[in-house]
Amino acid sequence: MGYEMTNNDNVNGLSLANFWVGLIAITLGAVLGVYQVIERVGLFEWLDSPTLYFASVSTHGVLMGFVVTTFMIMGFGYYAATTSLKMPLPGKGLAWFGFYVSLTGTLLAAVPLLLGEASVMYTFYPPLVAHPAFYIGATLLVVGSWFWCFEMIWAMAIWKKAHPGEAVPLVHFGNTANAIMWIFTTLGVASEMLFQLIPWSLGLIETVDVGLARTLFSGTLHAIVYFWLFPAYIAMYTMVPKAIGSKLFSDEMGRIAFIMLLVISVPIGMHHLYLDPFQEAGWKFVHMFGTFLVALPTFLTGFTIIATLELAGRLHGGKGLFGWITALPWKEPLMTAVGCSMMMLTFGGFGGLVNAAYSLDTMVHNTQWITGHFHLIFAGTTIIMYFAIVYHMFPRLLGRTLYSNSLALKQLWLWFVGMLVLTLPWHYLGIIGQPRRISSAPYDSPLVEQWVPYDLGMVAGGIILLISVLMLVFNLYKTHSSEAANLVMEYAESIHPAPRVPALLNGFGFWSVVVIIYLITSYGYPIAQFFIYETFGATTWGV
Amino acid sequence: MHIDQTEKKWIYITLVMTVVMMGVLTFYAVGSNIHPPSGFEPIDSTRLHLSEEFGEDNLGLKKNEDGSLTLTMVAARYGFYPSTVEVPVQTPIKIRIASADVLHGVHVPFTNFATMVVPGYISEVNTTFQKTGDFTLLCNEYCGLGHDHMWSRLKIVPKSSL
Repeated sequence: MGYEMTNNDNVNGLSLANFWVGLIAITLGAVLGVYQVIERVGLFEWLDSPTLYFASVSTHGVLMGFVVTTFMIMGFGYYAATTSLKMPLPGKGLAWFGFYVSLTGTLLAAVPLLLGEASVMYTFYPPLVAHPAFYIGATLLVVGSWFWCFEMIWAMAIWKKAHPGEAVPLVHFGNTANAIMWIFTTLGVASEMLFQLIPWSLGLIETVDVGLARTLFSGTLHAIVYFWLFPAYIAMYTMVPKAIGSKLFSDEMGRIAFIMLLVISVPIGMHHLYLDPFQEAGWKFVHMFGTFLVALPTFLTGFTIIATLELAGRLHGGKGLFGWITALPWKEPLMTAVGCSMMMLTFGGFGGLVNAAYSLDTMVHNTQWITGHFHLIFAGTTIIMYFAIVYHMFPRLLGRTLYSNSLALKQLWLWFVGMLVLTLPWHYLGIIGQPRRISSAPYDSPLVEQWVPYDLGMVAGGIILLISVLMLVFNLYKTHSSEAANLVMEYAESIHPAPRVPALLNGFGFWSVVVIIYLITSYGYPIAQFFIYETFGATTWGV
Repeated sequence: MHIDQTEKKWIYITLVMTVVMMGVLTFYAVGSNIHPPSGFEPIDSTRLHLSEEFGEDNLGLKKNEDGSLTLTMVAARYGFYPSTVEVPVQTPIKIRIASADVLHGVHVPFTNFATMVVPGYISEVNTTFQKTGDFTLLCNEYCGLGHDHMWSRLKIVPKSSL
């Protein structure tokens, strides 16, 4: 390519700043996690404190769900955009501004969280009220991420103009799909914040309609998971094949999977409301169908990635039905991560089908099963790919070799084992009745005795995961001063290169209209009913 | 546009799998009338004690004029009222719950009784308890610092003893 990037053009500092905020957040979150599992089991009486526990759970949720993800996704998107499109980021100042808006929001929300003035969970749960700074801070974090969305869309538009008819590189196509999806995703939570929670917490309005608030939040609550998952899938399609000496099985299937995620993952959030009153069964049923459709892009991804891995295994001399698996380059962090990620996705996917099932969800709703499920899918499947992404990008961002590759491999395996030790017992605890989000189990019932042995599993899991995070951060910190190296960021080629693809697979204009129509169809009446009929707002309650 | 033959087969397999799963769920929803608790029934939670249905005198298990059973309960920090309920086994029961304050949730482990309890809206569950015994009815949605202590008892007794 003819374009030479100058120091001023690169986004390395911007990416690193975003990554490090995410890494600091995950470290704090993991420390809180260990405290929570120990407190919850009740090992030490002096440690028991619902006040501290629920402040910690709320902080852990906000850190892991909102802070780690948003900053890591932004850091990944910026570096991937300039390295795949081979052009400077348009309006880099705007990207930095977005970073500072998000950072300010995070710090603003952190104060009431840590003071126990916002122990309302990261799902907000009105009519429990938190300090207004919490809501304003969380909103700023999201507003900052909108700058990132804008940057992704802008960069794609400029590139397309300069390369008429050419296929947008898959990595940036994915990040832009995620950016557009995230804008639709945040409409729900942004409306809840701006029209309900912020004015209500400031005392400008007296009551809040909890049914409306929960319906709006449900619109965010499912697709946010795909916002988190997107970079993991993008890395699987575009970074893994290159790193393991293979080619991507199908570039176009990647595009189709990304478009499907964009179109069908937002208007299905009502499966989070299966057990809520205030919505009719028919609407829940419609959303259930949509929820099952989202399994399709994941099935497609599973196929393409496993086919890509098999190709690599056979190129490395693997023979027979399973021989290619052992022949894979497991010493490469991206390989180890994708292997672990796929295994956790398989377990977690089965659990997800249970939660998504209209009639089965009743048996697991709000039990520890749910906590097990989303830790396995999010903290497992997704986050382990984030780790591999930073292991791959840090040396390139810094122009240095990774401090220790073997430490990175140990860290990834430890994360995998820790996550299974943590989440598999949680699934079982949910089936035998343990609710999620309790700081102790004071129920006078033989039920509780059955829980104890499985509770101990989560303490072991939590500690393993904290050790793993510390290894990660240590390794990346040391990479800043390790040996200089000139590594290039390259992305996978497809077995069947597609320099030109149909226009529908190269842009999002049409698909955005489809999302809007789908959203209005599936959420129009369920939201409108709160304005058509008389409802009663709930008054303010402290925790 | 290129789609590999094996991949084509896989796409068909996943489509069939998805349709089968949806079909099974539709079969039970339509055929056996299994739905999650649903319905839009607003109520003023701040005046719950003044309402006829959720007034203190009306709580508990009641026989309706047509002989069917209705269990009326209130969820409020930090308990379910009445705090001990007896219900007959293998008898259809309509359970109606409202919150007097914040968001709650309820489930009874080893039964299929579960619902969210949302301030401003009535929750209704129709179920039939299958086994006799002492069960625990516990709050499964974070409702404040005393959330852990929000639970009560459900005794499922033989039909004849009620």
